Amino acid sequence: MKASAFSYIRPTTIDDALALLAQYGEQAKVLSGGQSLMPALNLRLSAPEWLVDIGGLSDLRTIAVSRGLLRIGALARHVDVLKSADVAEHAPLLADAMVHVAHPAIRNKGTMGGNLAHADPASEMPACMIALDAVIVVRSRAGERRLQARDFFIGIYETALAAEELLVAVEIPVANQNSVRFFHEYARRNGDYAIVGLAASATLDGGSFADLRLGFFAVGDRPLLATAARHLIGRPVTAAMLAEAQAALEAELDPQEDQQAPVAMRKHLARQLLALCVATLLGRADLEARRSA
Amino acid sequence: MNDGVEQTRGLSVLDRPNSYIGKTVPRPNLDRLMQGRGLYVSDMTLPRMVHVVFLRSPHAHAKILNIDSVAAKAMPGVIAVVTGRELADVITPWIGVLTHLKGLKSAPQHAIAIDRVCWQGEAVAAIVATSRALAEDAAEQMSVDYEELTPVTNMRTALDAETPVIHPDLGDNLAFERNLDAGAIDKAFADSDEVVEAEFVFGRHTGVTLEPRAVLADWNAGEARLTIYQGTQAPHMVQNISAKHLGLEEAQVRVVCKDVGGSFGIKVHIYADEMATYALSKLLRRPVKFVADRVESFSTDIHARDHVCKGRIGVNKDGTITGFEIDDLTGIGPYSMYPRTSAIEANQVVNLVGGPYTTPNYRARTRVVFQNKNVTCQYRGVGHPIACSITEVLVDLAARAIGMDPIEIRRRNLVADDAYPCASPSGMKFEALSHHASIDRLLSIMDYDALRAEQAELRKQGIYRGIGIASFVEVTNPAAAFYGVGGARISSQDGVTVRLDATGSVVCQTSITEQGQGSESLTAQIVGSVLGVSMSRVRVILGDTDNTPYGGGTWASRGAGIGGEAALQSAKALRKNILDVAAAILQAKPGDLDIVENSVVDLVGGQQRIEMHELARIVYFRPDTLPPGFQAELMATRHFVPREYPFAFTNGVQASWLEVDPNTGFITLLKHWVVEDCGTIINPQLVDEQIRGGVVQGLGAALYEHCIYDERGQLTNANMADYLVPMSGEMPDISIGHVVSPTMESELGAKGAGEAGTAGAAACVANAVNDALAPFGATVTEIPLTPRLILTALGTI
Repeated sequence: MKASAFSYIRPTTIDDALALLAQYGEQAKVLSGGQSLMPALNLRLSAPEWLVDIGGLSDLRTIAVSRGLLRIGALARHVDVLKSADVAEHAPLLADAMVHVAHPAIRNKGTMGGNLAHADPASEMPACMIALDAVIVVRSRAGERRLQARDFFIGIYETALAAEELLVAVEIPVANQNSVRFFHEYARRNGDYAIVGLAASATLDGGSFADLRLGFFAVGDRPLLATAARHLIGRPVTAAMLAEAQAALEAELDPQEDQQAPVAMRKHLARQLLALCVATLLGRADLEARRSA
Repeated sequence: MNDGVEQTRGLSVLDRPNSYIGKTVPRPNLDRLMQGRGLYVSDMTLPRMVHVVFLRSPHAHAKILNIDSVAAKAMPGVIAVVTGRELADVITPWIGVLTHLKGLKSAPQHAIAIDRVCWQGEAVAAIVATSRALAEDAAEQMSVDYEELTPVTNMRTALDAETPVIHPDLGDNLAFERNLDAGAIDKAFADSDEVVEAEFVFGRHTGVTLEPRAVLADWNAGEARLTIYQGTQAPHMVQNISAKHLGLEEAQVRVVCKDVGGSFGIKVHIYADEMATYALSKLLRRPVKFVADRVESFSTDIHARDHVCKGRIGVNKDGTITGFEIDDLTGIGPYSMYPRTSAIEANQVVNLVGGPYTTPNYRARTRVVFQNKNVTCQYRGVGHPIACSITEVLVDLAARAIGMDPIEIRRRNLVADDAYPCASPSGMKFEALSHHASIDRLLSIMDYDALRAEQAELRKQGIYRGIGIASFVEVTNPAAAFYGVGGARISSQDGVTVRLDATGSVVCQTSITEQGQGSESLTAQIVGSVLGVSMSRVRVILGDTDNTPYGGGTWASRGAGIGGEAALQSAKALRKNILDVAAAILQAKPGDLDIVENSVVDLVGGQQRIEMHELARIVYFRPDTLPPGFQAELMATRHFVPREYPFAFTNGVQASWLEVDPNTGFITLLKHWVVEDCGTIINPQLVDEQIRGGVVQGLGAALYEHCIYDERGQLTNANMADYLVPMSGEMPDISIGHVVSPTMESELGAKGAGEAGTAGAAACVANAVNDALAPFGATVTEIPLTPRLILTALGTI
């Protein structure tokens, strides 16, 4: 479990980093927190010729709010996000979710940009980004691109990020007064990859949803912004509406079987999560439909 | 005699002023380890040391047609690439059988495979280079042509006529079979009000030591001697086996065991890659280090369990259990492990099922079959979690069949506390157990009745909680019956040497070993207490075949019971010698003197007479002042092995309180209790933490740990993300109570506590889950108990 030999370079400016990525393209891998990349290197699942360590680009570590947007730099560590007062106020969903991201030692090193660029379909942050309607900001020598989160994730470990591009930040619209959020995942142990998870953001209008964004993860090759939400918006939710939404959700899911769960179990748990989410957000325990003997 | 005087005072050698026995004192090695000054094999570097990486088979079963190492040999830093055929000139193959396991058979196993690989992960070549990374680079350049053979991966069909025989010379895939028929089981079942049966499945899992297996072998051609630095539980066994297969005298091998990062039985065996490392050092005439990485730990550290067992229990309406019957099957991999064999776990299952109960009717069969997976062998609690789960789940199912409370059925059937000595239907001899006292203690610490009321109340709210109980017996302190009588040169006795130094300090050399469980502490506590010296003055040396007495080491919960008694007896002998010296110096009678707090004192009155350092000064530097003809002996050695009972048995009972979410199948552990009777308790904290650690490993097996092979014999989850170990976040609080029934076989009375936690944890969790699911009419008898299993049992998926 020793990595293949690679060349290592640690740029001190973003421009230098972008120049290196332009120069080495597919031959380079960006090293951020290293919490996914280093194991992959040590297992020799990945053997890049160049490792571009962006750890020195301290400008990318900031978390700030301006003009209705919460901007989280790519190098913000998970622990920074977890402890940020701005995140707690303007995107509390992220803080709720972050405690499920691995363990403290990993959260001390792992970064937001690294997590999103890795695009693990079972990861919490990508689902939060689609639920929060975030914009992913990427940059190359040619300039900056701003991508909707739901367009950014395109497959297992696959994103719209080009080899010469660097993910520099995410921008999240700040939560308004009527915003509510829900996060829950079914994982075998604290910090494990979820079997199924849901990050949801909603706007309430009285006892109904004015808006509901459901970001499911570990249910397909990328996080899913479930269109099933449309069955639940604009009027008081009934058990029949919820059942309809659950049925619609199941049709949207394309989960994989793995050692933890067969397809049917993932679909079942996703339905459970949807009911739990709706019941929790509306304060309607009657919708949870717990099984009893 | 001094002892006689003490007995008239009603005190044993342990029950003295300032005794450390029964007290929580800090472990002597704690500061050193906490300050990062431990010395593990991975930390060690020797001049000219090189690293070996093993190229391992990607196939579960294949012929090796050709090995091309030309490109690898040309890689930077490569010292040698050695195949199995080349290494066979240096080290001989072995066969993992023992004569007392009648009929056990296995095939010759080589340090590195020669013509054929029999499991995914078996080594096919050794690449030796100046660093591990360079050796791994070179390994990528190796080219091996394999011809894949049909792998045998399903133990249920391993004995079918159409299944290939892994070792044709053996005739079939049956490694071992044992049948036992005690009492009259057919009649008992025919006469029973109810006979309940179930099929139990126990997944394969492994030990996952924090520090992987590690060996540094140093052949010194100048003195024709091999020094092996290895994290092992049994240094003298390693010495014997390595010498035997390298064609050396035992005296030509020294085994040194420094700090070890966890063992749990994983490091009590001798692995092919370790043998290869010894041989490579001899071949290359330089130090060679092998440190298993995490992936190869999963695919080569011994696995355990992997049993399928049909069980039946008979019960009458009054709660009388009329008999047990089991038909057990286990797959052990392609070879029986060396030298302890892979039939012991199955044998233990037969020995232990029904062990706590009075019924004389018991029939058992176990069959041990070969398969193309990694080898299985002894891991913490060998056979116990299987036997305990089968027994205790059957008892609960029987209780349910007749509508009796699980506690009540146990009370009516557990062997009475005053019925000892007695024997189990399988012939296990019990000296003194305390099942009923343990249950009493358990009920009081868990408040059983209140918990049952809470459970009933919560059920009304749609919350499903369960209570599970598991009584158990645990084999400890094995005498020669375990291995010696079967021909293995694995010592069942241990020895301790104690020496009073010139400054009044005590050096103590023991043949038991330390892997974190507290061997060093318990030895110092016993020696300090018996001698009357401070623990801070006692220095304990372990893990060095050149510098300790000959002995078995630390495994099978034997360190405290056997090594501890040897420490006690050696300290007693030294104490007598010290008092003889003191009497000579003071012109007193030895029987009138005592040693308290590092000084010789008057037995009556406690007046200080001479300090130990002064006594030592006279002995070592002014012996001319001692009476003519008097020779002081300030060093004493004693050995110990139990003789009356082949094993000590401990007993206890565990309970689990948990919640099952019927919507998701997830289990939340809420609380766990253990009452254990390990005899004399030397260090309460160490005993409790041993039990907690054992429980956690048992809970790991119950809920999480599983080596998952596919039908082609590929281990599919050999990493820490997919192989789930128990983590603190999911673990419940574990409350521990004790009942103390010392063994009379030793003056110390300690019986061992290393495996009790593991023995019963899975059983009581399984019972609690089934209790929680009872309203749904669902029963699960397979571990690990995953959400998938629960949802399947509930008919959800």
